Amino acid sequence: MASPARPAAPWRNRLADGLLLVPGIGWLLLFFFVPLVIIFVVSFGTKDATGHVVLGDLGLQNYFEASKPEFLPAFGNSVRYSLLTTILSLLIGYPIAYWISRHGGRHKIVLLILVMLPFWTSYLIRTYAWMIILRDNGVANSILMALGLTSDPIPFLNTDFSVVLGMTYGFLPFAILPLYVSIDRLDDDLVQAGRDLYATGRGAFLHIILPLTMPGIIAAAVLTFIPAMGDYVTPDLLGGAQTSTIAKVVQVLFTSGRDWPYGSALGFLLMVITLAGTLFAIRSLRQETFG
Amino acid sequence: MRTGRNRWLTGFAILIYAFLFAPIVILIIFSFNVSRRNFVWLGFTTDWYPKLFANRDLIDALTVTLEVAVIAVVVSTAIGSVLGLALARKRFRGQGASEVLILLPMVTPEIVMGISLLIFFGQLFGQNGSLGQIAIAHITFCISYVAIVVRARARGMDPHLEEAARDLGASSTGAFWHVTLPLIAPAVAAGAMLVFALSFDDLVVTSFNAGVGSTTLPIYIYSSIKFGVTPQINAISTIIVAVVAIALFISWRVGSFGREARPVPEDRIVDAA
Repeated sequence: MASPARPAAPWRNRLADGLLLVPGIGWLLLFFFVPLVIIFVVSFGTKDATGHVVLGDLGLQNYFEASKPEFLPAFGNSVRYSLLTTILSLLIGYPIAYWISRHGGRHKIVLLILVMLPFWTSYLIRTYAWMIILRDNGVANSILMALGLTSDPIPFLNTDFSVVLGMTYGFLPFAILPLYVSIDRLDDDLVQAGRDLYATGRGAFLHIILPLTMPGIIAAAVLTFIPAMGDYVTPDLLGGAQTSTIAKVVQVLFTSGRDWPYGSALGFLLMVITLAGTLFAIRSLRQETFG
Repeated sequence: MRTGRNRWLTGFAILIYAFLFAPIVILIIFSFNVSRRNFVWLGFTTDWYPKLFANRDLIDALTVTLEVAVIAVVVSTAIGSVLGLALARKRFRGQGASEVLILLPMVTPEIVMGISLLIFFGQLFGQNGSLGQIAIAHITFCISYVAIVVRARARGMDPHLEEAARDLGASSTGAFWHVTLPLIAPAVAAGAMLVFALSFDDLVVTSFNAGVGSTTLPIYIYSSIKFGVTPQINAISTIIVAVVAIALFISWRVGSFGREARPVPEDRIVDAA
């Protein structure tokens, strides 16, 4: 490592490298880790009549409250929407990423930029665009009625369908990018070798392409699942008032509801479920391909 | 057989591109609609665009958003790049813990980060939303992205280049400015672009940390969507789409795009588990 002619003493280098870590690690400890510890503590607290946090007598009451049956739908919806979004994004994203990588030719970069254009455009604005399309008197229904396919407007908006559609639309670019990276890195000769050894098209895909692109699939799954779990904009705008998710409940508790300890407990549970789901996805997808 | 399958795949790809762009196209078309209500086409007009610039609230929100984004870009790119470099350099004690600390913000639901910073500022400083608070929140969720993009680039860099500069008599600062920085520059630029996009677009974390007088554009748009939209929202959206398209086009022409602008190197997320 150290060449003999190196002027500075090793310990001074080590000190200098250590100092490089200080601003970043310090910032994340202060503004990320400490606040997380604080909401963890607050989640055991209570609130007084004016909505202020009281930490006098800590207990598990908020967690008991969260496990009541009336909150099950919110948890269920969050997990269901996120899983459906993740699966749909992978099913749509994989063929697209494959197509760009293998058939894009010299237009690859342009095709990728086209995928990323919606991604760099405000998520909120894109969700709003779906409201224009899906309303009862919106674009989709106008077209369907003009074509005579339906006489009454179909209520697309404020359904599970519209929430999952909006989330899939919103997070699809997050899936396509990592999938593209891993598919593009794939050595075609390996696939060809498999074909030469009499693998069928499906066999080559299942036993060569899929395992080798698994890191991309895992990254794509994680990158859609996490934002989907924490998203309250889509369930709110496309799901309407009656569609409840944990993120939405937390949002209400911290704004109009003003019960921060309870909101903290739900937020903490949301984080635990997200982390657990992420780790589970990584472990199981890995196992499936690498044994 | 093979060409048949390719044709299916190409057809599917065209369909998905249409799916990706249809909402944006419709949004743009409706920004030229005479009707105040966004759902029926009544005729063509460009009136909504000049009205944008007369809308004080909207211009103020845009100003706040840009101020926050610039602060977030400068601070998190500087801190994140240094962090990424330090991580790429060598092994050290506590490296595992540091890497977890860097990855955690990326796997934490945004809403959790938003409420934790709200309580942090509220309980410790009695502060309830300000431009500074929003900027700190944005920097916090952006540092990790920059660090990871820069680290990926620095890992691929030949460490002997910097040593060679030192052997040739460069000071450590000289070696950094003339050798290391130019080598990691594309990753730093990609990180900065990503931070700008993340900050400019953020609603969730911001909504918990904004106060009176620190409304950002996403918050303004969100409340207009909920409480009565005008085609002004379509018009501002159209302008944003146009700016993004031009920026992407320029960064593509300048080069290095696509090779460096990889927001999250997949292996890191997988390794983390």
